Amino acid sequence: MAEFLQFFFSGLTVGAVYALVALGFTLIYNASDVINFAQGEFVMLGGMSTVFLAAAGMPLPLAAGAAVVVTIAVGLALHRLAIEPAGDASPVTLIMITIGASIFLRGAAEVVFDKRFHSLPPMLGAPPLQIGGAAVLPQSLVVLAGAGIVVVLLWLMIDRTLLGKAVVATAVNRLAARLVGIDTRRIVGLSFAISAAIGAVAGILVTPITLTSYDVGTLLALKGFAAAMLGGIGSALGAVVGALVLGMLEAFSAGYLSSKYKDAIAFLVILAVLLTMPQGLLGKGKVERV
Amino acid sequence: MTVSALTAHRLVGLAVIAAIVILLPAFFPSTYYTRVATLVFIFALAVVGLNLLMGFAGQVSLGHAGFVGIGGYSVAIGATHLGIPAWLCIFVGAALSGLIAFLVGRPILRLRGHYLAVATLGFGVLVAIVLTNEAAWTGGPDGMTVPRLTLLTWQVRSANAWYWIATSSFLVGALLALNLNDSPTGRALRAIHDSEVAAAVLGIDVSHQKLAIFAVSAIYASVSGSYLALFNGHITPDVSGFLSSIELVAMVVLGGMGSVTGSLIGAAVLVVLPQTLTALHEYEHMVLGLILMGFMIFLRRGIMPGLATAIAGRRL
Amino acid sequence: MPAPQRIIFSAALGLAITIAGGFSASAQIKIGAVLSVTGPASFLGDPEKKTLEIYVADINAKGGVNGNQLQLVVYDDGGDANAARTFATRLIEEDKIDAMVGGTSTGATLAMIPIFEDAQTPFISLAGAIQIIEPVRKWVFKTPHTDKMACEKIFADLKQRQLTTIGMISGTDAFGKSMRDQCVGVAKQWGIKIAHEESYGPRDSDMTPQLTNIANTAGIQAVVNPGFGQGPAIVTRNYRQLSVNLPLYESHGVASKQYIELAGAAAEGVRLPAAALLVADKLADSDPQKPVVVDYTRTYQQKSGQAVSTFGGHAYDGLMILVRAMQRAKSADKAKVRDEIEKTKGYVGTGGIVTMSPSDHMGLDLSAFRMLEIKNGDWALVPDVKS
Repeated sequence: MAEFLQFFFSGLTVGAVYALVALGFTLIYNASDVINFAQGEFVMLGGMSTVFLAAAGMPLPLAAGAAVVVTIAVGLALHRLAIEPAGDASPVTLIMITIGASIFLRGAAEVVFDKRFHSLPPMLGAPPLQIGGAAVLPQSLVVLAGAGIVVVLLWLMIDRTLLGKAVVATAVNRLAARLVGIDTRRIVGLSFAISAAIGAVAGILVTPITLTSYDVGTLLALKGFAAAMLGGIGSALGAVVGALVLGMLEAFSAGYLSSKYKDAIAFLVILAVLLTMPQGLLGKGKVERV
Repeated sequence: MTVSALTAHRLVGLAVIAAIVILLPAFFPSTYYTRVATLVFIFALAVVGLNLLMGFAGQVSLGHAGFVGIGGYSVAIGATHLGIPAWLCIFVGAALSGLIAFLVGRPILRLRGHYLAVATLGFGVLVAIVLTNEAAWTGGPDGMTVPRLTLLTWQVRSANAWYWIATSSFLVGALLALNLNDSPTGRALRAIHDSEVAAAVLGIDVSHQKLAIFAVSAIYASVSGSYLALFNGHITPDVSGFLSSIELVAMVVLGGMGSVTGSLIGAAVLVVLPQTLTALHEYEHMVLGLILMGFMIFLRRGIMPGLATAIAGRRL
Repeated sequence: MPAPQRIIFSAALGLAITIAGGFSASAQIKIGAVLSVTGPASFLGDPEKKTLEIYVADINAKGGVNGNQLQLVVYDDGGDANAARTFATRLIEEDKIDAMVGGTSTGATLAMIPIFEDAQTPFISLAGAIQIIEPVRKWVFKTPHTDKMACEKIFADLKQRQLTTIGMISGTDAFGKSMRDQCVGVAKQWGIKIAHEESYGPRDSDMTPQLTNIANTAGIQAVVNPGFGQGPAIVTRNYRQLSVNLPLYESHGVASKQYIELAGAAAEGVRLPAAALLVADKLADSDPQKPVVVDYTRTYQQKSGQAVSTFGGHAYDGLMILVRAMQRAKSADKAKVRDEIEKTKGYVGTGGIVTMSPSDHMGLDLSAFRMLEIKNGDWALVPDVKS
């Protein structure tokens, strides 16, 4: 039983990491139909900037705040300089632009930072907590809480604020939104900024567990994207659920089946789910107009 | 314009490429250039196949490098472990890829848009994982040596020989793709691209056509992978990796979706560019990313359509 | 700028960059290096590149080799063997190098070997796997210890502590896999039984499921972790998180201070085989390697601002062996240099004391590895075992 719980918490930890990345994907997709493969780079920027600013002498909380600001700036720049000018480009082209952006950001990180990996001190201390015979890092709970808070805040924003309504309107029908006076450009820019912030916060929260380096973005983006799709792209709760399921699949496959093939098993299950539920676990069915 | 005139127009493009292919080696100062050119044509073959799937039929595949890997390792494993002559392995690999594409495509192609993207991504990742882990057969993450191609008694080793093999294969592949485009199947694919529902209403067997083109594009990728393995004499699992799949998609989009000559241009840009950028040392990746973004933003339909528009615009 | 103009502009820019890059002076000795400066093996390739650059500049400042200046041509293969092969061809055909020190990973090295064999150019590889030098190829040498030696060193230490049943958790990357295969291969002749095996992806962030399974296997007395980069740091932290109180052995792939920093207090008591380079200041003054490693450590840290790494040390050894061979041959002629490399005797490097022969193109034996233990956040030498 203790063993099962250990795998469970491992899955939860990894899943929470993926959840924060997946949420970023979902937000931008919701506002603009763009799948932003540079989302992983936002996470990298959050972690690496904090590490380097702290190493340069800034107190850690300040460094973290500054890192988030830097990442938000990068997110806004990405929108303004790369996505906006592309205008009515096809979805594949937009994906390629974000991939080009991720290559650029990775290349810039190589030069500005370095190629080694780094860590941050855990926020609630290092000694693991004993829960039912399983050893859980306090930081895992921090990451989980972080994901939960982000989901709640996003929901509050979407549901309770005028700004949130504007985001939903932009997502549903961009032309109609503009017709009713919503500045869709600013809304999409805002979604990039918020996604960047989520990514940066994710980076800061998970680095004490996963370590960070200039190229952590690629794999995180891949897994975050898969998680978001599994949960049903467009649903914030779906992103979190999909991510936690992915994390669990990996952990339980590694624990009970084969650690060599844990990623393969996870992907197979995702494929199986998508084939039976083509809109993902919590995705809304799309009505296709002819 | 009559159909035959359209066809002639397309063939002119191929003829131009063929002429370039024949004249190009005269300009190569060393076999390094021959090697780069050969790589361009080997990749271009896979890109033509992917273009059929993405450009013509409008389906997205983020895992196509998986088929490249299957083709490459068929040659490696077949020749090393099973004693099958290398040239035969190319066909075995192609058949295997076609079969796997058929089996995998059946369920997967029911998905649309980003869901299809993630499913194909999963496929590519799965292939890469299997190739990495089954080390007894595949040599593991360090890869395995591939015996040289032997045709009758001639051992095909030199870059020059491979240049001719790669270019002629590409021309054949391109010709086939252009023929496909002008055939009823091509029209069916274009209809599916525009609207699957409308195409179905017109009586097109949508799932059958999608599956067929998926298998065809897999075969192109497989042959390309076999050539790559034989040319290099070595193969590693990251030939099937996520980044390789993305590279193939980038080549398609860069050159122009739906354009066969665009496939060649896209492949050329992404094979030659990293070679040119080495002079920038650590800024190489930054510049590569910027160039990629720049092309996508300003030439968003790809280089070939961009060129075509510019030339057509000039005439008016 | 309308579309065709843009294309022409970019093409011209690309051409200009190529020409600029290819421009070089003549009457120099050209040394090529294809390294994985970026990508999954950048942890190895980056120190290698820095080391080569620092020391080529250093040698040139001191007058060069045989009166000629050295020119270093470095290409980054990004961890891709196909790219490595293209760069190898480029080095031979375009840059016309006299010798090559490079090949960060085994995959890249194996892909490049045919090129250098065909071009009859000396190639000193910086990769670990034993198949680079076994079977011996005329033009191919290597400086790092083989992973087989790392396994044997670990097993020797295990035997001394009377631990014979172990669990193994390895990375699925090339380094981890290769070492794992070697360990499995030699386990029996050392009387070691591998009771349970697990693996993890090199970029994974949590290995607690795998370690739980190992810890729950009855009879396991110690755990060995073949791998490099961040994986072992996370394994080590997870190890302590789960309170697994068995001895943990890491591989020479983590041999850098960074591992101790990242693993933190969890690294206490971990043992690993490493080159003397890591414990430069703790070597006995009579140790022949001491002057070399102390000097290298100081120079590297000063010029690059980073902690020393064994992989950089391998590049240093490769360059020095090559340069000395050239000096002995009194020319850069490829065949003469190759013969002299093979005749390297008693070269004191960061990795050990190298003595090559026509049947041994690496020149190190088990004594080149020291067993280290992490005590109080620093390396400590473990007294040598009779191997």
